[in-house]
Amino acid sequence: MLVLQIKPVLAALKRHKAGTLLIGLQIALTLAIVCNALFIIQQRLTHLSRTTGIVESDLLTVGSEWTSASGAAVEPLVHADLQTLRELPGVQDVGVSYGYPLRGGGWNSGVTIKPDAKQPVAVTWRFFADDHVLTVLGAKLIAGRNFRADEIRAMDSHNLAAPAQLIITKALAEKVYPNQSALGKPLYIGGATAPSTIIGIMDHLQGGSASSWSDAISDYVVLEPKLLTDKSNAYLIRTRPGQLGAVANVARDTLFKANRLRIIPNGEGEGGGVRSFAQVREQAYKNDRGMAIIMSAICAVLLIITAAGIVGLTSFWVSQRRRQIGVRRALGATRHDILGYFLTENFLISLAGVLTGIVLALGLSLWLVAHFETRRLPLPFLLIGVALLLLLGQAATLAPALRASRVSPVEATRAA
Amino acid sequence: MFAYYFELGLRSLRRSPVLTGLMIITIAFGVAASMTMYSVFRAVSNNPIPQKSSQLYAVQIDNFGPRNNQHGEPPDELDYIDAMALLKAHKALRQAALYPVKLSVISDDASQLPIRPATYAVSNNAFAMFDIPFLYGGGWGAAEDDNRASVVVIGRALNDRLFHGANSVGREINLSGHNYRIVGVMDSWDPKPLFFDLASNGGFADAIELFIPMSRAVDLQLITTGSTDCVDENYGTGWDAFLRSGCSWVVYWAELPNKADADAYRQYLHDYAAEQQRVGRYAWAPNVRLRDVAQWLDYEHVVPPESKLSFYLSLGFLAICLVNTVGLLLAKFMRRAAEIGVRRALGASRRTVYAQFLMEGATIGLAGGVLGLLLTGVGVWSVGLIFDAQIARLATLDVSLVALTLLVAVLAALLAAFYPTWRAAQVAAEVQLR
Repeated sequence: MLVLQIKPVLAALKRHKAGTLLIGLQIALTLAIVCNALFIIQQRLTHLSRTTGIVESDLLTVGSEWTSASGAAVEPLVHADLQTLRELPGVQDVGVSYGYPLRGGGWNSGVTIKPDAKQPVAVTWRFFADDHVLTVLGAKLIAGRNFRADEIRAMDSHNLAAPAQLIITKALAEKVYPNQSALGKPLYIGGATAPSTIIGIMDHLQGGSASSWSDAISDYVVLEPKLLTDKSNAYLIRTRPGQLGAVANVARDTLFKANRLRIIPNGEGEGGGVRSFAQVREQAYKNDRGMAIIMSAICAVLLIITAAGIVGLTSFWVSQRRRQIGVRRALGATRHDILGYFLTENFLISLAGVLTGIVLALGLSLWLVAHFETRRLPLPFLLIGVALLLLLGQAATLAPALRASRVSPVEATRAA
Repeated sequence: MFAYYFELGLRSLRRSPVLTGLMIITIAFGVAASMTMYSVFRAVSNNPIPQKSSQLYAVQIDNFGPRNNQHGEPPDELDYIDAMALLKAHKALRQAALYPVKLSVISDDASQLPIRPATYAVSNNAFAMFDIPFLYGGGWGAAEDDNRASVVVIGRALNDRLFHGANSVGREINLSGHNYRIVGVMDSWDPKPLFFDLASNGGFADAIELFIPMSRAVDLQLITTGSTDCVDENYGTGWDAFLRSGCSWVVYWAELPNKADADAYRQYLHDYAAEQQRVGRYAWAPNVRLRDVAQWLDYEHVVPPESKLSFYLSLGFLAICLVNTVGLLLAKFMRRAAEIGVRRALGASRRTVYAQFLMEGATIGLAGGVLGLLLTGVGVWSVGLIFDAQIARLATLDVSLVALTLLVAVLAALLAAFYPTWRAAQVAAEVQLR
């Protein structure tokens, strides 16, 4: 039945070259953009659904820096703050760290397993943390132990001695010591000549940035038992369940009341002040989420507009051909035949458009690969796009085609 | 005549409201999407110092060597030794070494919390080089740099806040526990992107409110809040060891008024690096770069890929909307073949048919533009949901964007109307009169 219709449909289309071409072109362009956009959405969603390896609920981060205190003066101030915060109602435990997952920037260094290695085995994130950070974050230790309080050393960033102990992520452990346990083995960090001993291995901990530049190292994290006295430290606060908001509300004032000579910024990333971890995550992935939203919106509107265009032109064709439809009906064509005719017509146009669109989509994908850091468009996205547009075409044609099928045979007798 | 066609256009719009509405919405969406993305793109690709962008150059010297540099490119910043050597040599018309630092303004009033404005440590040429405008006083001179003086230039907003806008030159302020004498108050100055230091803040952070001499900042051992890149982090301990290390952390700019100056300076940099190789500091051939503002912005990818990508895709979106509009206009115009035939038979020339239908297209475009403007407003307002707050606040619906939105809408509609109009004008009179 369908096959029989193709010939007359093609013949008719020759008389509507412009409209046919326009619908085909629109389907082709829409396909090109939609399947690339869908791929971008998928990539961004994958990127932002990576896990941090910590318990993200009931976790508060408070960036605080001293305005004047420096060097040795900083350590007692930090300890006083920790004490103050621990006494707050609703607070379970508090740690201090330079660097935490998704913070936005931080410190990266190369690591080696021999002191004289020319090239690092891996580049890693360095979180300078006290003995509370591991438990406050809720990171899972799968081997070894946590730092002890007496192992934490205060120092400024220009006097970094190699730490005696390190806790590293499983991913980093497997990278530097493949096929063997890294526990108890030495690691040289940041060109240090003295070794540090790996005393603990974490199941997972995400690095300090969600930016794509750090994707390759986002699973490589080292905890060092240090308090950096000249960098933007943050207090990491584990609150009791449901107490996050209450603690967040008073954290700032409490700290200022304890000591006025500090800055608690209100920015993002490096300039983060009081931020729940949900906010940290939201800020870290703002670009990814934003792109996903833009691309979704563009896809949705594009499909609607393309559908509207098809409805518009098909309706026009139906109204133009009322007389011919009437003649066909008078000559014995069923309603079903008329409906099938218009659906076939759309299917043929869509097919041509989709075939052109595949070429355009691949071209656009190549251009995106050349100019933006993305991968080639995978086949499934192309197929989804093709199916989507063919279905859309049929759905958009349905209403005008049904109207056409209701044209009475009497129309044949009316003048044009 | 145009008024008449405009009226005809309006009347026709009302005749087939669904088709007309579709076209208006299509154009509105296409224009709004592209204009919203353009407002962001325009903000991030702005030339921050147009009068001097071809005279200011970022200086790069490869102190990392072919094994550690980035695909052959020298690091973005200089190490302290090179920066000081270049500063001392004074081979450009003006040159400045600089880096971002953290300083807090501490009020004597104990009820006031400290504030931390964006601060840069700079050498004295920076003020003239970057055309920094002054409300009171001015920058400091070479003597203050040499004496490592505690002087400061403050921003207008900070001056308003601390001194209620009065001339504060000569007064002292406490910055992180040290007193500084104010030598100048800047007028409002906030180049976006902050071209001379893109590495540390991406170029769209808060306006700079404090400048202190870099020599003073180094004495105070103020670390950079920007990036520090070291091939070997094991440079020993202490501040002096850090200064002597090969770590790159000093931003360096030169002002070279013409091409000959730039060529000469490039040669000088090459010779300097060659000399460093000769004395054994570098074990590789000279590898230097001199990039003007435009080249530097491009090299540093100041336009976020998200902004670029969404702008280009929104243009593709607009193109599809146009194709759609061509189709709908075609349907709309050809429905009126009978009317055209009558008009032609009554003596209307092709030209009048052209004029009437193009005018109708323009009317649709204008209507689409007005709706598009509303949508652009919504779009620009919601940019903050999608882009960084620092970038989003730069995207504004100003007069030029309003004009552009309407213009693009009308032009797009006219463009879309050309083919349908041509087809309409081809309608022969006699055929329709049968």
